Amino acid sequence: MYAYDSLDQTFVDERSAQFRDQVRRRLANELSEDEFKPLRLRNGLYLQLHAYMLRVAIPYGVLAADQLRALARVARHFDRGYGHFTTRQNVQFNWIRLADAPDIIDELAAVEMHAVQTSGNCIRNITTDQFAGVAADEIEDPRPWAEIIRQWSTNHPEFSFLPRKFKVAVTGSASDRSAMRVHDIGVRLVRGLDDEVGFEIWVGGGLGRTPMIAQLLRGFLPKEHLLSYLEAILRVYNVEGRRDNLFKARIKILVSTLGIERFRELVEAEWSHIKDSGLQLAAATIARMQAHFRAPAYADLPGRSQEFEARRFEDSAFARWAKANLFPHKRPGYAAVTISLKPIGGIPGDLTAAQMDAVADLADAYSFGEIRVTHRQNLVLAHVPQTRLFDLWRALDGLDLATPNLSRVTDIIACPGLDYCGLATARSIPIAQRLSERLAALDEQYDLDQLSINISGCINSCSHHHVGHIGILGLEKSGAESYQVTLGGSSAEDAAVGRIVGPGFGADDVIDAIETIILTYVNQRGDGERFLDTVRRVGQEPFRAALYNPS
Amino acid sequence: MSHRVITASRLTDGAVVWRDAAGAWREDIDRAAARDDDDAVAAMLADAHADEAAGRVIAPYEVEVDIMRTANASMLVPVRLRERIRAGGPTVGQN
Amino acid sequence: MRLIRLIEGRPVTETDMWTRVADDAPLPDGAPVIVSLPRWQAERETLARRNAAVGIWLASDEKLHALINDLDRLDLVALDFPLLTDGRHFTTARLLRERYGFDGEIRATGQVLRDQLFAMARCGFDSFELAAHQDADGAHRAFREISVVFQPAADARVPAAALRVQRHAALAAAE
Repeated sequence: MYAYDSLDQTFVDERSAQFRDQVRRRLANELSEDEFKPLRLRNGLYLQLHAYMLRVAIPYGVLAADQLRALARVARHFDRGYGHFTTRQNVQFNWIRLADAPDIIDELAAVEMHAVQTSGNCIRNITTDQFAGVAADEIEDPRPWAEIIRQWSTNHPEFSFLPRKFKVAVTGSASDRSAMRVHDIGVRLVRGLDDEVGFEIWVGGGLGRTPMIAQLLRGFLPKEHLLSYLEAILRVYNVEGRRDNLFKARIKILVSTLGIERFRELVEAEWSHIKDSGLQLAAATIARMQAHFRAPAYADLPGRSQEFEARRFEDSAFARWAKANLFPHKRPGYAAVTISLKPIGGIPGDLTAAQMDAVADLADAYSFGEIRVTHRQNLVLAHVPQTRLFDLWRALDGLDLATPNLSRVTDIIACPGLDYCGLATARSIPIAQRLSERLAALDEQYDLDQLSINISGCINSCSHHHVGHIGILGLEKSGAESYQVTLGGSSAEDAAVGRIVGPGFGADDVIDAIETIILTYVNQRGDGERFLDTVRRVGQEPFRAALYNPS
Repeated sequence: MSHRVITASRLTDGAVVWRDAAGAWREDIDRAAARDDDDAVAAMLADAHADEAAGRVIAPYEVEVDIMRTANASMLVPVRLRERIRAGGPTVGQN
Repeated sequence: MRLIRLIEGRPVTETDMWTRVADDAPLPDGAPVIVSLPRWQAERETLARRNAAVGIWLASDEKLHALINDLDRLDLVALDFPLLTDGRHFTTARLLRERYGFDGEIRATGQVLRDQLFAMARCGFDSFELAAHQDADGAHRAFREISVVFQPAADARVPAAALRVQRHAALAAAE
């Protein structure tokens, strides 16, 4: 993984000192809240319902064991003993005191971490595939590119006050695990003519009030031009994006208003001026960055482990977990393990300080000391020898971290919602907990794989409900919580925005409604057919009928 | 008129606070001063804004409450769920 | 109003030599003036013939292309920040310096707070009308708080990636 050099460390230390002074000025009332807010947001500090919330950056979701231990210390000493992993592959602490924030930032800086640009109208944390460097279908590892983009975007002087936040995802595979097409910019590694590797650039995806799927801006961009092309896009957006209406300020609105052709003309015209500028990436720079992400020192192992097979045969609980939570590794004899942060009835994405420490130890023992955070709010140990999977599973089980439900119906994505968030209009966590409890039994009975439920507590869509196979949006209607349900969304390579199935449901009725939807799917599905494919095949009508006109 | 109290977030830690009759900021909503006439509420809010300008609290506003009385005590219950959650804490939590 | 200027990269608090003239006010004799874009467009010849420097003030929604043909007649371009969060003129300043080679003064006006000064300086601003309650010492420090940058801009700072290339070349040469 990427290791800081003295330049990176100096920057983070200087940024910490700068933030400490900003907090000091705020506490001394030299800065008003209006002046301080954009400054604290640029360092990931929100004011939420009960306290300040600090969002710590986990660049492209990759953590070292010692970094996770530092997060555990923050959780223990400055919060209430837990943290919440987000759909941006970051982590949030919900109970932060303003006066403590500078000390937390120092603590993070000591392990090469920070909270820079985890909020505010700037370029946010760059996300990528949690199986980067692992997946066999990868054209090239996306992480070096994510790091190159991260550095370019860090404290970018021109793009610090954009019309609105700006999110970039990078993927190296044809199967998109990074939700690239719901990002402001999606970068996909592709093979062009003569097998040269370059990028497809997608633009204008995003969720929120006006969900849109990104459009293809450029079919092939040579590698050395990545940053100049991104700079051209951002520059057009900074000048032309709307600033008069918060809800129309994302780049997706600009792209759809101008049309992709006109937007492309503007970008290409700007790019022609800066393409050969100092942003051009030298081959040596690319190579040195790629060297940071070299494969770990794998052992030579047989492709299939006898021991693993035997354990699977003997222990049905282990077999079930192995079936659900393992991803094939391109290196023979290894597997990528997803640690589900979705225990049945638990809070999606939460991890206690004790669990963080324990996972850090497991990463050291089983996976070269590296942990990844997925945009579906789970963790990954990316390089585990198959021979050791059984031991790892037993250890995880002892930590309540071995729920065998990856990509299954109880692998629910949920934002903090009205229990914590100042923007929320309804709660999401209790809905997720009750659904998880209700649906666990249904999953046993009907094998509900490849079915994602995403619950957002407001229209800002932090849990990406529009692209959940089943999306739930919590609103406030006449003083009560009301939940609107969408069907048929997807954030993968077949990205689509789900459609509203009908009138919303109250907090109690929505649990029954989701169960009805799932039973309708079970009745309608063909052999092995995914929920999404059933919805696409039969349309909304059977679901509507079951929900609103039960016979 | 309905009863209203004044709330804000405390600058130093973001905690939810409620304004009492003496103008102090309290973490317990039941200590808040509840008033049902507009002038009194406006006066409390003006004082709260002065506290905001002085850097003690952030973004004060008024919250509508129901008053539940027993023989010897009274409890304040905000009408909106959002404010009930602010007053009582998250409805979910880590055990 | 306090004015900070960067002179050879160093911040100096100065008395302002320029007069901002309203659209309906008479032009003062022989003094440098800053006028709005509409006034410049209406009175371009009169203004250019005066025996004193001329600068133009651009609102945050006024675009650079309106004056690129006039840049050699201007000594100053003032770019306004009506809100701390309106970042359009960061781009304007970079284009002025990097694309159009403007070497006059680029001044930030409006909500100019100390915490934006560093980014403004990197984009090519070299004078700053500090908002009323900003302390000048703090503003001077703001230019020095960060010493590492990660992208080229309109200033002379060398980005981290370029420093790494240089260091690598030096190490290779030493072998």
